[in-house]
Amino acid sequence: MSDERDLVLRAEHIRVEYAAARPTRAVRDVTLELRRGEVLGIAGESGCGKSTLAYALTRMLKPPARQTGGTITFFPASGAPVNLLDLAGDALREFRWNKISMVFQSAMNALNPVTSLDRQFDDIFEAHRPQLDRAARRRRAGELLDMVGIDPARIRGFPHELSGGMRQRVMIAMALALEPEVVIMDEPTTALDVVVQREILDEIERLREELGFSVIFITHDLSLLLEVSDRLMVMYAGEVVEQAPAELVGSAPAHPYTFGLLRSFPDMRGARRELRGVPGNPPDLRNAFQGCSFDPRCEFRFAPCTSIAPVLLTAAGRTEASSRPAATGRAAQGWRVACHLHDPALRPAGPPGVLRGAAQDEVTVGTDSAGGDA
Amino acid sequence: MSVLEVANLTVAFGQRGGARLTAVDDLSFSLRAGQTLALVGESGSGKSTVVRAAAQLLKPSSGQIRLNGKPAGRRGRALRSYRHQVQVIFQDPFASLNPMHTVRHHLARPLLLRSGQQQRGAALDQAVYDLLQSVNLTPPQEVADKHPHELSGGQRQRVAIARALATDPDVLLADEPVSMLDVSIRLEILNLLDRLKQDRNLAMLYVTHDLATARYFSSEIMVMYRGVVVERGPSDEVILNPTHPYTQILASAAPDPAASRQALADARRRRQAARAARTAEAREATLDQGCRFRSRCPRAMPACADTPPSVETGPDHHALCWLYESQAGAASPAQSATGGG
Repeated sequence: MSDERDLVLRAEHIRVEYAAARPTRAVRDVTLELRRGEVLGIAGESGCGKSTLAYALTRMLKPPARQTGGTITFFPASGAPVNLLDLAGDALREFRWNKISMVFQSAMNALNPVTSLDRQFDDIFEAHRPQLDRAARRRRAGELLDMVGIDPARIRGFPHELSGGMRQRVMIAMALALEPEVVIMDEPTTALDVVVQREILDEIERLREELGFSVIFITHDLSLLLEVSDRLMVMYAGEVVEQAPAELVGSAPAHPYTFGLLRSFPDMRGARRELRGVPGNPPDLRNAFQGCSFDPRCEFRFAPCTSIAPVLLTAAGRTEASSRPAATGRAAQGWRVACHLHDPALRPAGPPGVLRGAAQDEVTVGTDSAGGDA
Repeated sequence: MSVLEVANLTVAFGQRGGARLTAVDDLSFSLRAGQTLALVGESGSGKSTVVRAAAQLLKPSSGQIRLNGKPAGRRGRALRSYRHQVQVIFQDPFASLNPMHTVRHHLARPLLLRSGQQQRGAALDQAVYDLLQSVNLTPPQEVADKHPHELSGGQRQRVAIARALATDPDVLLADEPVSMLDVSIRLEILNLLDRLKQDRNLAMLYVTHDLATARYFSSEIMVMYRGVVVERGPSDEVILNPTHPYTQILASAAPDPAASRQALADARRRRQAARAARTAEAREATLDQGCRFRSRCPRAMPACADTPPSVETGPDHHALCWLYESQAGAASPAQSATGGG
């Protein structure tokens, strides 16, 4: 769909099931593209399949989880594209951490408590860089700690001697140890305080500017994601319901669920406004959905929602022409949403004002009409 | 009028082979009927210790607690009565409900104890259903017979709230009541607490690390740093015009989805420059003398080596900081941190 030259990862039609008498279909046909140097944010509440998707992208699913469909292609900076699903054994081990690394949720607890940091760095280098001798390994580990703002003298220390934020920095240093092209971060700052969280985010952004890796950033905290990512995917019940430039979606969500999530965050600085969350509970992922998975919780539901499953369409009122170009110069992708409100065939009048990006339309009066896209 | 008054509360813990750790240092506050006071701070600042001491779940090193004007009962029947009046909602609804018991059991027990075993049979069932109804768990007859594992996190927290209401308390201490819950349901729980507070004229302490919800759901905010309240005042004042450097850092650290990319990048560079100016060692240091925040403070000065004064920086708005000392000296000398009780 877009130019392959700046793509680093493409996953198409990913499906993951957790095996059981009635399998849980945690990821249902998710397609994503990650461009070189960009931060792709994935948002959604717990159980929406976002972590499972991350594990699928790194081929780390363990039974009972099983990928039941889809392809994952990695485009290295040099060399031919790699089909991740073809990798096995040593080839897969060689690929992980070298090309794609991951910072886990509760990474604070992912360090081995009874082993010093230098031993843990050694493990990485012995497995992936056997040519490095002891002195070189030590030097590189020191560099990495220094890079994430930790005194290299700490290298002989143990995890319990570090604060939560420092442990998180060590995890990030480890993820970057082999200079991967893609780093997947699953809730990297969730267990941390706002101030420490801010420091870690600043650190990630600085390192990304220096080293140029791409990031898939997964969190339930949409307000944070709007700030750190270039593009945003919102997941609900194992599916992508909206895909949008992060800079714009905060003020003009297209999907009712995104709208609800945004409304769940009180604005600290602006005027006080009415606060509602998204009433109801997410659906049971063991079930097949008739129609839209969000239908029971949706305040904008109408007749087709109960019977027809929505697919990703270009969002009404947000063709590429009407959205402002991204300030960073990274090409903005089309704004897509899986909602019948945006389907001109089912809803000729177009979506209600709040989902149409009314504020934007007012700025660009006459240049764009709702529902005028393919 | 104030329902619960806590005066000069100090809680210190012994540490193996070291000095005592003062988790809460000379803290005073009062809760008024129908109002929420928010207690904000990072983890380890002593927020939960304040809750536990106020609920008399731990014994403070010093300090007085008065409930409805009378000294709080400390043991026996008087303590039981105090606990009926002052209820706690804990952070983790997965841990605070017994997995072996039904929702009915969780709610019936406090009702039985409260009524001295008088409320029984159909009347007890009805009281359980009324409680479930009041926290919007419907249909109550069905929910009552479920076990905790059959409920979502939000539903469990509603059960925990219903249980807290079972003794018809005057004071509710909510310790991070939504931080374990999904973002999409946090607001529902907070809105529920807010409505219950109004309907039942509860005095509420809302403990949180989230400045934004503190602003929305409380009339007054106290910001705590390492056991000490460094700033307090009307919530909009504290959040929109923070005066203590720590509150300023907290407020600026919160994500701001409305900011432009350029503004974000500029702010990031400013923070990085400021951080580089201080060494990592200094940030980690723990100080017992003087201002506890000075090792992290971007505006630290020599005076900070002495314990800072509480200065009125606005109407009912106090900050514990040397920065405002000169203005205060002229305007209102020796303002006490306790405020009007």
